[in-house]
Amino acid sequence: MNGIHDLGGMHGLGPIDREENEPVFHAPWEGRAFGLFAATFVFAGYTVDEFRHEIEKMGHAEYLEHSYYEHWLVAFEEVLNKRGFVTHEERLARIAQLEQGAH
Amino acid sequence: MATHRKETDPAIRVKALESLLTEKGLIDPKALDALVDTFEHKVGPRNGAKVVAKAWVDPAYKARLLSDGTAAIKELGYSGLQGEDMVVLENTDEVHNVVVCTLCSCYPWPTLGLPPVWYKSAPYRARVVSDPRGVLAEFGVSVPETTEVRVWDTTAELRYLVLPKRPAGTDGLSESQLADLVTRDSMIGVGVVAAP
Repeated sequence: MNGIHDLGGMHGLGPIDREENEPVFHAPWEGRAFGLFAATFVFAGYTVDEFRHEIEKMGHAEYLEHSYYEHWLVAFEEVLNKRGFVTHEERLARIAQLEQGAH
Repeated sequence: MATHRKETDPAIRVKALESLLTEKGLIDPKALDALVDTFEHKVGPRNGAKVVAKAWVDPAYKARLLSDGTAAIKELGYSGLQGEDMVVLENTDEVHNVVVCTLCSCYPWPTLGLPPVWYKSAPYRARVVSDPRGVLAEFGVSVPETTEVRVWDTTAELRYLVLPKRPAGTDGLSESQLADLVTRDSMIGVGVVAAP
């Protein structure tokens, strides 16, 4: 699939920023998102190709503006909805609940 | 329907998924804890460094590593997710190899752990294929004009590990002392191993 993810050779994306003593995860939620990758494969039975395809379908601006694990989140949300394990409706309801609890 | 993903804190989005999947009995949060712990503390570039050091001291192992990377790496106990098909690229005076994944961020987890942010970033993925010597210079690596630079674009199935050059003056070092010298960046090809 041709899209924004096909970055090889593209100009104008700015400098390569490196971080000394970089942690494996930059926030606890990144670790949880990482863990979901292996855990959801087990029951949902999707493939890495399908996972990546969901990321490649992201809008170009959204793709560039969001981090690696945010890309993963999009893939989880889409695959789990498509297969009926967690629908967008119940997920958004839970998000609303959690946001209310946080305030 | 709107997925609200632009407006929502990613930490809340993860929590929503994790809590729903846990309530449905589809995942065990303890299994997630174990995965996070493994990749934070147990799997990382020290694994790859042991592979490199063994190849430097054991010519027969090096030959196996270059002909069947997956099997030779498995001899040291490193295999599995995102390391199912490994190819090892030897850096020499003639050739300097560099690894990227332009389409995604594919990386050999069993030997190097999870990739650093710069490896996953758009600027590295875009530029290392069109201006590899410029990128290497930014990483402090100067490759002589007489050395060919080869950039390897990782696929979803196949992962590369660079076997860096052994630094001069290390004849007296043990295998584990040599492993201590090997950096993550040298095994991606954006670094060289310095003598102690």
